[in-house]
Amino acid sequence: MSEKPDTEQQPQAESNAQGPRHASLVVKLGFTAVAMFGFGYALVPLYDIFCEVTGIGDSTTTTAAEEPVNLETDYDRTVTVEFIAQHEQGSFWEFDAEKVRMEVHPGKLYTTHYVAQNQSTAPQAAHAVPSVSPAGATRYVQKVECFCFEEQQFDGKESRNMPVLFYVDPEIPSNLGTVTLSYAFYGQPLLTAE
Amino acid sequence: MESTTATHDDHYHGPASGIRRWLFTTNHKDIGTLYLWFSLIMFFVGGAMAMVIRAELIAPGMNLVDPMFYNQLITVHALVMIFGAVMPAFVGLANWMVPMMIGAPDMALPRMNNWSFWILPIGFTLLLMTFFLPGGAPASGWTIYPPLVLQTGDAFPFLVFSIHVLGISSIMGAMNIIVTIMNLRAPGMGLLKMPIFIWTWLITAYLLIAVMPVLAGAVTMLLTDKYFGTSFFDAAGGGDPVLFQHIFWFFGHPEVYIMILPAFGIISEVIPTFSRKRLFGYEAMVYATAAIAFLSFIVWAHHMFTVGMPIGGLLFFMFTTMLIAVPTGVKIFNWVATMWRGAMTFETPMLFALAFLFLFTIGGFSGLMLAIVPADFQYHDSYFVVAHFHYVLVPGSVFAIMAGVYYWLPKWTGNMYNEFWAKTHFWLTAISVNITFFPQHFVGLAGMPRRIPDYPVQFADWNMVSSLGSFVFGISQLIFVAVIIGCIRGGTRKVDDRVWEGSHGLEWTLPSPAPYHSFDKPPEVR
Repeated sequence: MSEKPDTEQQPQAESNAQGPRHASLVVKLGFTAVAMFGFGYALVPLYDIFCEVTGIGDSTTTTAAEEPVNLETDYDRTVTVEFIAQHEQGSFWEFDAEKVRMEVHPGKLYTTHYVAQNQSTAPQAAHAVPSVSPAGATRYVQKVECFCFEEQQFDGKESRNMPVLFYVDPEIPSNLGTVTLSYAFYGQPLLTAE
Repeated sequence: MESTTATHDDHYHGPASGIRRWLFTTNHKDIGTLYLWFSLIMFFVGGAMAMVIRAELIAPGMNLVDPMFYNQLITVHALVMIFGAVMPAFVGLANWMVPMMIGAPDMALPRMNNWSFWILPIGFTLLLMTFFLPGGAPASGWTIYPPLVLQTGDAFPFLVFSIHVLGISSIMGAMNIIVTIMNLRAPGMGLLKMPIFIWTWLITAYLLIAVMPVLAGAVTMLLTDKYFGTSFFDAAGGGDPVLFQHIFWFFGHPEVYIMILPAFGIISEVIPTFSRKRLFGYEAMVYATAAIAFLSFIVWAHHMFTVGMPIGGLLFFMFTTMLIAVPTGVKIFNWVATMWRGAMTFETPMLFALAFLFLFTIGGFSGLMLAIVPADFQYHDSYFVVAHFHYVLVPGSVFAIMAGVYYWLPKWTGNMYNEFWAKTHFWLTAISVNITFFPQHFVGLAGMPRRIPDYPVQFADWNMVSSLGSFVFGISQLIFVAVIIGCIRGGTRKVDDRVWEGSHGLEWTLPSPAPYHSFDKPPEVR
């Protein structure tokens, strides 16, 4: 270390004189870096808020809608609702839509079912995540009752018919003739842990 | 300037000897040298991976490596080239040149400077050792999209922590550069009198501080998703994998400009020197650089047009992306206008700068094609994208780095490099880079996906051409190393302070080779 002060003398002398100016700028820049780290996390809620405010990209609703008691059923037009069921390949779940397609009148309440079976012998929990496509149709497809609102418990080898009560809002734009309601079914080691 | 150089000898303190000089150094020139050598080594590490990739792709069928290993190679090749080769090379050039160009004695924070270099090898040790872990290196592509990346084996935490370390290194380097530029400029050097290389690095450093922490946050979310039960990107827990792409590209697009803005700065130094004119439109260059930096924050989703965005989003990101062509066009125009009626000569740095101008523009045009939403739906994840970003990164960033190295090497060493071998290096590199990457436009447009080790026979011919070109490119870089070492060992002749007839700027007022400590007394800038 003996030669070190020698080699450093010049820059050192300079930075001593510059000390306070450097320090305040370094603190500002360091604060910016930390703030940007936080901003990365803030993007998570901002992403949802942005989609909600603008009504774009938000394809998931997991809150129950009111029954359409005050809505006029529009018998003049029909909307095609398609049902899709997805589950992890190679898991011990079977998951299917009872009907693949329904012709519905906007404003009228309909019921359909999804069938899920736990093919293992042990009790299992599962959770369904809904999604509507195209994304712009999400706000018009209203679920009054849905198995996706809560976690589903299954006994070993249990098979169950799970209802979805839904209606299509009469205000749905006329260019949306077909909407797709899709459920992804996840076995739940994760959610039960939470 | 005479007095500065004359009094200098009295103050001369040489470097410490042995390994301790390099471990404990706080000298900007030593650290710049370390960065540049490190970057060169990483260039060859990443290049060796590229050679294996091209050897696998030389003919259809599984030829050489296991597909999983192939995926590991393309992933680590990208990470090494981006974080190990291109970025440290620019930081190395900044370390060497920023104090010399603004008349400062050293970087403002010399001890932090030492740290920001020495944690780089640690980061890359973490990354490269994953090849030897069970499950191998990360194989998800450098974009590390979940859920695929969460299937990475034991390498996963190593990947995350290496990105943390590299990010911290970049942020410290950037802070140092900003503080140096803001506080240590020579008296009389106002912001709009700074050399353009300083300007581009100042803006780049701000970009680094703004986006590297966002990447650190994104990989931390991946880490907690995998090991701590969070569900940021896990649909089963209410998360959204597309969210990762948004966060990643919020970092990723400014990152692209982090790798090209300093290149613009180097080109803006080299072209005026060898045209023997001042840079045309200096202020326009500064504002264009700032405009590009600003726009880089609002275009990110053009990397993910195909995820299913609403039409309004597609249009917004398409138009903002195309808007970037305007300030970039201003820059190209100014470089051409600088050469207009200049007394041009074609030494190696100028050759690289001219090749940059042509080939980067090609990469810019293919970028515009990719910006068009309906076209991108076809081009997305095809070899056309591979051709595009290699055109902006290799004959773009890498050529600019080589131009900078040839341009300043005589100043660093005091010796002239061997012009014949440097020109041989240039021509082999410039021709082979086109043989390598131009055919990838064709196979991409014809439908060849990226990131595959095997492909239909219809793509065989152009892939063969591309592979042969890449081997020539790879071998040619050995000439680069030989020329550098030859120059350090004495070169062809001693150079004077100016080195180049048309050079101007404070760095050329220093003796060649640049003394260990320079500008003990700040120079006056008129």
